Amino acid sequence: MQISRSEVRSDFVLRVEEISGEKILGCYQCGKCSAGCPMIQVMDCPPHQVLRLTQLGSRDEVLASGTIWLCASCQTCASRCPRGVDLSRIMEALRAVRLRAGQPALDLGSVPKEVLGDVPQQALVASLRKYTS
Amino acid sequence: MKYAYFPGCTLHTQADNFRLSCDASCRELGLELAELQSWECCGAVFPLSTDNRLPLASPFRTLARAHATGQPLLTLCSACYNVLKRTNYTVSGNAEVREKLEAFVELPYAGQGRVVHLLEAIRDDLGWGALRARVKRPLSGLPVAAYYGCLLLRPQEELQFDDPENPRVLEELVSALGAKPVLYPHRAECCGAYLGVRDSESTLGAVRTILQAAGARGARVLVTSCPLCFYNLDSAQARISQEDLAFKPLPVLYFTQLLALALGAPASQLVLSRHQVDPWPALQELGLGEVVA
Repeated sequence: MQISRSEVRSDFVLRVEEISGEKILGCYQCGKCSAGCPMIQVMDCPPHQVLRLTQLGSRDEVLASGTIWLCASCQTCASRCPRGVDLSRIMEALRAVRLRAGQPALDLGSVPKEVLGDVPQQALVASLRKYTS
Repeated sequence: MKYAYFPGCTLHTQADNFRLSCDASCRELGLELAELQSWECCGAVFPLSTDNRLPLASPFRTLARAHATGQPLLTLCSACYNVLKRTNYTVSGNAEVREKLEAFVELPYAGQGRVVHLLEAIRDDLGWGALRARVKRPLSGLPVAAYYGCLLLRPQEELQFDDPENPRVLEELVSALGAKPVLYPHRAECCGAYLGVRDSESTLGAVRTILQAAGARGARVLVTSCPLCFYNLDSAQARISQEDLAFKPLPVLYFTQLLALALGAPASQLVLSRHQVDPWPALQELGLGEVVA
């Protein structure tokens, strides 16, 4: 694997830093975020590895990961990070890169009617915010 | 004590049991909730990007309108609390954001108002002693698991609600009502929130972990302050029971339903009909069911 400055400081990485307001290189990969993540069992890539891939500028791999859509923004990682990195903001920035490129992660029409009728309004508002806008 | 009350999008619909049991409780406690004359959805999630402030306009408008009433802004729903309080924190500490929002919304507001959750109003304004003195039906012996989830607790520096790793306020409430708080792991962990809208399977693991941890430590009911936690924890249990025959269902209640029950409110105001896992058996075991009926 070759790592170059052009990838580590690529437009993608700078954009994620700008949207999130976080320093991507602040993370030293201790794994505390993944250790406490309540959704890790359904993620295809643990949260600290998403951050590592972002550090390395692996844009396509990060944006293809299902993990960014399975982060519920519960802020457990952010509240425990010994380096003060708010990973939930970085996850939001990664989602924003996809959403702003016109790639929503939810088609409301495909959500089963019984789910739409049952879930509280706040879940609909939240998922439209997180997955489509 | 008087508050400007923001119910939010879910309390007049799916979570009317939360709203009505809160109303009944506040009447007994002498807390006056005056619903804002005009309010709109807070947005349900606090925006975490730093380059788009538009989603803050709606919570900002609510904060400014509440401040104009001269009363603290009170919410019940954990999500509304999180969004409104974080917006307030942002506005009070970031002049650029504040000026943008004031110009866009056309209301002056600098984040000087107080945002409180009902639990804070009871703990900080009323006090546990005053609550204890108003209990008419002590819930003696009822083992209650308090579930906090994520939105009441984090980020601590912005919410200043309780210790995010070892919160106490719900256990203190449960104790004041005469019931027995059950401590268990995962009580401050996320249930999966809105993820189930996109993939209903995705939240099952987190929900099962929370319910099993509480059940294994002897809880007979679990209380929450979030309509989405309530939905996730209550609605998944039929499915979990199908897959795991050893799973013992755990009724989920809003903390206000237990509160209203202990304060002697009429049964109609608890609205116990909206629960998929029936809370009656647990309450009847204590003889409380007969009182309510």
